[in-house]
Amino acid sequence: MSLSVDFDRVTVQFDDRRALSDLTVHLDGGKIYGLLGRNGAGKSTLLSLLGALRKPTSGRVLVDGQELFENDVLTPQVALIRESPDVLDTDEKLDYNLEFAAQMRPGWDEPYARELVRKFAIPDDQKIDTFSRGQRSALGIVIGLASRTPLTMFDESYLGLDTPSRYLFYQELLADFMRFQRTVIVSTHLIDEVAPLFEETLIIDSGKLLVQGETDALRARARRFTGNAGTVDEVLRGEQQRGVQQLGSTKSAVVVSDRIAELDTEGRTAGLEVEPVGLQDLFVYLTQEQEVAVQR
Amino acid sequence: MFDDRSPIYRQIADQIAADVLTGTLSADEQVMSTNQYAAFYRINPATAAKAFQLLVDEGVLYKRRGIGLFVAADARENLQARHRERFYPDVIDPMLREAEAIGISRDDLIAYIAASSPEDGI
Repeated sequence: MSLSVDFDRVTVQFDDRRALSDLTVHLDGGKIYGLLGRNGAGKSTLLSLLGALRKPTSGRVLVDGQELFENDVLTPQVALIRESPDVLDTDEKLDYNLEFAAQMRPGWDEPYARELVRKFAIPDDQKIDTFSRGQRSALGIVIGLASRTPLTMFDESYLGLDTPSRYLFYQELLADFMRFQRTVIVSTHLIDEVAPLFEETLIIDSGKLLVQGETDALRARARRFTGNAGTVDEVLRGEQQRGVQQLGSTKSAVVVSDRIAELDTEGRTAGLEVEPVGLQDLFVYLTQEQEVAVQR
Repeated sequence: MFDDRSPIYRQIADQIAADVLTGTLSADEQVMSTNQYAAFYRINPATAAKAFQLLVDEGVLYKRRGIGLFVAADARENLQARHRERFYPDVIDPMLREAEAIGISRDDLIAYIAASSPEDGI
């Protein structure tokens, strides 16, 4: 079972700043979604709305077509795992916290939780407040996976985890997603590492949706063109150039465009080097441009 | 495992096609399932499914309902024919341009090719 998600013109206004601005997003559900954005872009605010931790200032947040906030049918089906799980009772040990999670989640799988605890080597004889940051993250991941909630979100849940543990997380997330298909949203800054897991990617910036689409399709809309500066400008006339670099008469620029196939052919014919762009680089170019636009 | 040169599903499809060409996968042999593939390469199962669908559309693989995907009987021949078409523009033309740029004459190239023997693996 998986849940659809709709943000309908959602704004979240804090005292000093606007975290989300008239945001409209639709997620079909049943997929692994990557949520990308720079620090302060609004990722955590967006996820906290879906964790039913807060109400929007205006607009509606719908899960499975129903308003989420204070909806006691929906909220047990939703799990938000934050960078350090704040629902934990840190004055207690592992077992107490797992029992608490089990009571909250109708789909809880106890044997799976125990298997994950073993794999992540989480200690069961110490209070949570003696845990390292990585151990806390691992416990959050265990709770997020074993809860089997139809909408599960991991908000930078990898912090403090070493590389083998992060790979274990990706491997378990994928394996369990294939066993129990659900809606999963992962927010991360380690884009290259996780991107192959995302069926769809969303990039938000300054509280607004910048792009959304199939991860491969997003990448396919971007190319880097390198060659004689005059030729680059001629081929890319009328297009917004991003990530521009110049060395003598050689220029390199990234373009994101619906006409990319045409520009690709034109560029190659004109003798330019035309290369694809990875998701992490694409993210950098898209959000950098945004920042420049804000400064103007 | 995968690079940014082309969509991941295209790279998966190319890998499987390469296995068919070299004979690593033979006719009517079953290929890994979408889920096995996704778990092995740590990629989204939808991406793996897209690669397999592409290969079904291209006639490299065929479906047996409820069982899985298999290598088509004529897959190797078809792939060879398709790769033969692409061989000159994709492999030979760039080689000729490179040879020209670094000052290797056509005669030297032809002599080199004539002197090479398949028995030596060249």
